Amino acid sequence: MFRNQYDTDVTTWSPQGRLFQVEYAMEAVKQGSACVGLCSRTHAVLAAVNKPASELSSYQRKVFRVAEHAGVALAGLTADGRVLSRFLRNECINHSFVYEAPLPISRLALKLADKAQVCTQRSWKRPYGVGLLVAGLDESGAHLYYNCPSGNYFEYQAFAIGSRSQAAKTFLERRFQGYKDYTPEQLIKDALSAIKETLQGEKLSSSNCTVAIVGRKDDGTIEPFEMIGAARIQELIDSMEVAEEAPAEASSMQEEERGSEDAAAPMDI
Amino acid sequence: MSRRGDWVYENNGGTCVAIAGADYCVVAADTRLSVGYSILTRDHSKICDLADKCVLASSGFQGDIKALHKNLAARELLYQHQHNKRMSCPAMAQLLSNTLYYKRFFPYYAFNVLGGLDSEGKGCVFTYDAVGSYERTGYSAQGTGSTLIMPVLDNQLKSPSPLLLPARDAVTPLSESEAIDLVKDVFASATERDIYTGDKLEIVVINKAGTKREYIELRKD
Repeated sequence: MFRNQYDTDVTTWSPQGRLFQVEYAMEAVKQGSACVGLCSRTHAVLAAVNKPASELSSYQRKVFRVAEHAGVALAGLTADGRVLSRFLRNECINHSFVYEAPLPISRLALKLADKAQVCTQRSWKRPYGVGLLVAGLDESGAHLYYNCPSGNYFEYQAFAIGSRSQAAKTFLERRFQGYKDYTPEQLIKDALSAIKETLQGEKLSSSNCTVAIVGRKDDGTIEPFEMIGAARIQELIDSMEVAEEAPAEASSMQEEERGSEDAAAPMDI
Repeated sequence: MSRRGDWVYENNGGTCVAIAGADYCVVAADTRLSVGYSILTRDHSKICDLADKCVLASSGFQGDIKALHKNLAARELLYQHQHNKRMSCPAMAQLLSNTLYYKRFFPYYAFNVLGGLDSEGKGCVFTYDAVGSYERTGYSAQGTGSTLIMPVLDNQLKSPSPLLLPARDAVTPLSESEAIDLVKDVFASATERDIYTGDKLEIVVINKAGTKREYIELRKD
């Protein structure tokens, strides 16, 4: 990204038809620590890396419950994210107050996107410097949306944002086709594996990641949006590592049988 | 005295009672909804679970009561998001008072009794008038049958006067099952003479273990 004479304020177009301030805001998202989101037909999972500002401080909260049926994970300027979470919570409460029904996730993402767009078209405002992964459950199943500072939003089966998210995206690209039918536990494990990709060498443990899940169980009851406890996360991480070692030894035998499939799949229990 | 043309309220009747114990609270209300001399339904709950240790029972105009309960439930959710915990009963008591006084010049036609456990786990009951004046007591009755029930509770629970010094504990020494039996008895009596009270009694008991609900049949005439 180079500096130029068209990037001073958000209300100036460049000759190529770009708004540089908005693009710089998207850069801020890329600087934040990584977040990952995945969804199946019935469940949605969000995971984030906990990175403390220094050895002495605690880490920034990046995953917020927005309503019983929805939550967000954010990357970028977390203060902007906090303010947007408060906005989303209010919107959900107002909607249930008026309509006695939960706000559908597509509408939630739309409200957020419209709010972000306003900041790209006012000379006295600046774009929000935070990207949000909005995950939740509504009548049509589980959904995951990514809202960027530009006011654009897209629905995803799986996505990753923040620093070193490309590694996670590559991991998810290989596997997302099957996510529709994944069980909640499989989704959580894949979320943890995706987060692990972004850590690049650092050991994954329950103290440096946060995972949250929301969904509808087979019997129709709702599992409200909730963070998963550290003990359970550590359990899952440990079981993933055990599973990784076993196929690694057997892969030399199994490669002829499996053909082009991934030999080190940690899910096979 | 003729009705004003701009009278926007209506009394849907019913009675609410709450009794606080050492480690429990009983909140009860009948389930009859009336207007004039008619019954609209025999199966309408006047009780709203606001937080895990806090329950509100209201009688009066159902339109206002529904709106009031919704308002409080939404505020409680907001509190949960901001403070990462559910609202305590005393906090909800203050919120209810403020909410009612907010409409001092167009009141909620709702006569409320808030019951639950305080932060120490002791039973607490808060009783209100329509514009938010409230008091923490050991027991209370509100609604069309309140004048029939309150004297009986005064006699049976013998709560010390709040004016005494040193302050005496208002909660009743009765056990949970004794309090529930008392509630059933007073409602049976109120049902006999109050036309607006009857059909079914909904009893909610809040204690350390959680919230329990029970339904008892009352006279349907």
